Amino acid sequence: MNRIDSFKTLMDKQSELMPILNLRKESMESSEYKELLICGGTGCVSSQSNLLLENLNSEIEKHGLSDKVKASITGCFGFCEKGPIVKVFPEDVFYVEVTPDDAAELVKSHLVDGHKLERLLYEEPTIKEKVNTQHEMEFYKKQERIALRNCGLINPELIEEYIANRGYEALGRCISEMTPEEVIEEVKLSGLRGRGGGGFPTGLKWEFTRRPKSEVKYVVCNADEGDPGAFMDRSILEGDPHSIIEAMAINGYAVGAQKGFVYIRAEYPLAISRLRTALNQARESGLLGNNIMGTDFSFDIEIKYGAGAFVCGEETALIHSIEGSRGEPTTKPPFPAESGLWEKPTSVNNVETFANVPSIILKGASWFNKIGSETSKGTKVFALAGKINNVGLVEVPMGITLREIIYEIGGGIKDGKAFKAVQTGGPSGGCITADQLDVAIDYESLSSIGSMMGSGGMIVIDEDNCIVDIAKFYLEFTVEESCGKCTPCRVGNKRLYEMLTKITEGKATIEDLDAMKNLAETIKMTSLCGLGQTAPNPVLSTMNFFYDEYLAHVQDKTCPSGVCQSLLKYTVVPEKCIGCTKCARVCPVSCISGKVKEVHYIDQKACIKCGACFDACPVNAITKG
Amino acid sequence: MQDTALSKELYQELESYIDSLESKETALIEVLHRAQNIFGYIPKDVQLFIGEKLNVPASKIYGVVSFYSYFTTEPKGKYVFSVCTGTACFVRKADAIVKELEKTLNIKTGETTENKLYTIECLRCVGACGLAPVVMVNDEVYGKVKVEDIPKIISKYSE
Repeated sequence: MNRIDSFKTLMDKQSELMPILNLRKESMESSEYKELLICGGTGCVSSQSNLLLENLNSEIEKHGLSDKVKASITGCFGFCEKGPIVKVFPEDVFYVEVTPDDAAELVKSHLVDGHKLERLLYEEPTIKEKVNTQHEMEFYKKQERIALRNCGLINPELIEEYIANRGYEALGRCISEMTPEEVIEEVKLSGLRGRGGGGFPTGLKWEFTRRPKSEVKYVVCNADEGDPGAFMDRSILEGDPHSIIEAMAINGYAVGAQKGFVYIRAEYPLAISRLRTALNQARESGLLGNNIMGTDFSFDIEIKYGAGAFVCGEETALIHSIEGSRGEPTTKPPFPAESGLWEKPTSVNNVETFANVPSIILKGASWFNKIGSETSKGTKVFALAGKINNVGLVEVPMGITLREIIYEIGGGIKDGKAFKAVQTGGPSGGCITADQLDVAIDYESLSSIGSMMGSGGMIVIDEDNCIVDIAKFYLEFTVEESCGKCTPCRVGNKRLYEMLTKITEGKATIEDLDAMKNLAETIKMTSLCGLGQTAPNPVLSTMNFFYDEYLAHVQDKTCPSGVCQSLLKYTVVPEKCIGCTKCARVCPVSCISGKVKEVHYIDQKACIKCGACFDACPVNAITKG
Repeated sequence: MQDTALSKELYQELESYIDSLESKETALIEVLHRAQNIFGYIPKDVQLFIGEKLNVPASKIYGVVSFYSYFTTEPKGKYVFSVCTGTACFVRKADAIVKELEKTLNIKTGETTENKLYTIECLRCVGACGLAPVVMVNDEVYGKVKVEDIPKIISKYSE
């Protein structure tokens, strides 16, 4: 593409390129020309969507359809549970779980014969019927896509398609028609708040970075998505890398910075490669580098790699890591806006926060702040995972209820099990119970019920998961990830973890529960950074809402969900036992006795609760509990 | 480093990478990434070498290497089985997969078999939560893994 030397050239380019998205934007019953978009996110690529694309292309060619049908990759559709996804435009048909071997049949049926391939259509679990088009799917009905606007619409590896969908227009407008103060004012008015967890107003952060007088300032994009179970930042970078580049440049213009860094996890190779491609394209087109679009504004971006440390999501730790040191947090103030990277004013924002910025500039703050709740504007992307039917990425307006997310969008609990809780906010958050499913979600409401928005991980827990075990899982995570700098976090969380282990082993007393609560509150109050201050949340919130389950472990020495091994008791039901001796033969400690064709007996004292007998019994005569 | 000729080549590769860097003061983490790419791990000698080249004290380098879980000072097997133990995989019973791998390969997590063929690791969330539980073998991703799939997966990597 030629270099874009002015805002006008960009807009001309936009009008010239716009028609390439016509088929995708206008839903029509049918058309002679068609486009196939195949999901190219990490989840679907792991399920061979690259090979699928290759096969589709060769089938299209085989049938002589190459001049009428185009197939290419796009960013995450969010419907990860049923990947790989193939969407056919303009008729909006949504195929799920398409394997490379299905390519021939799909092309023959849909493109040559003109019949939808029924077999690969999505079946709505609630009505058990096949759904023809994407907009009829319950999963998408309540979603509103701002941050994910280009995912599933454009090919992330082509800057032309980004520009065709008004890409870089917001940047052009900022640097040619707005003052930095006006840009900041617009972001402030929009009510956008940090999507990485804290929820700090983005416009204010920008203003604080603009204020100090300094020749050198920096913009940092926090793509160190360390919260296990959250994958929205990865999906945005893979599916729409240009939107992050554009927003960082806007941020640079607003605060007076010429240099930006994307700090990204080394575990995200696909996101890194897409971002790198996008950076090169932006530089070649004059949309990054010196004198962007012929103005005085210059800005460039460099990628810095994380190396596996959760604490680096904390902004001061992240800054130290970019500087090439151990990623240990430091006390605030000074805030990075005053003294950040190499002691220069630095504006650190999360990927999803940035992804909202171009739309805010294009459509205006008054459009954005009409979406959402009183205190939390816009949308939030949640990563739905765990025991839910539709695992995936959803973007919903703030203020929606958990019930809508889990039962309408998420399709309910897997295998018809009973809902127990949903964990939000990752290792810093807490559990939300069935009674709270109708709470309208925003930053404030989630903290008021002892959880937090966090980065937007939403893990659904069912009756088969033990709540103490879940709390222990998160504590194990924080203990491993604690940087060790301050004592409450380094030692306190370790002790908490040991207490939880004692509970799951049936060795704890009621006094231990009290001590645990005390300790948790002390850690919260005295830790240095966000990691330590929030680490006890999973314990406190589960103790608050599921105290019965803790009591069962401590007083009755049982695990109601049958998860904690030391508390399990395997017994033979005499009426069911057929005396086949299978259990006795697999028992590694020979603690099962009984003669052939007679009822067997498990010696509880010797039993090591390995569960081998339970698995081996052909007539389900052994119970666990 | 048994093969000294090979090892010399590797050091040269690292050296030319370091020489190509514009600013050396802040490049430590990039250099460590590259070193681990080249050598497969970052033993003490390599750390000392980097220290000399970047003019950074060895103590700082060791501090950084030991801080980040991505860096390892021990060589790994030819095939690294990484089980995702992120929350989504955890609630879908990733621990049973870890146990089965440990039992079948007869090593513990973090260890490497004597023939240097297999290593078992746990990692935090690869972000493919729709496929939970997930096992990665080097760069290959296996999704929705069941305990009974393990022997079949291992048998694909037998030499």
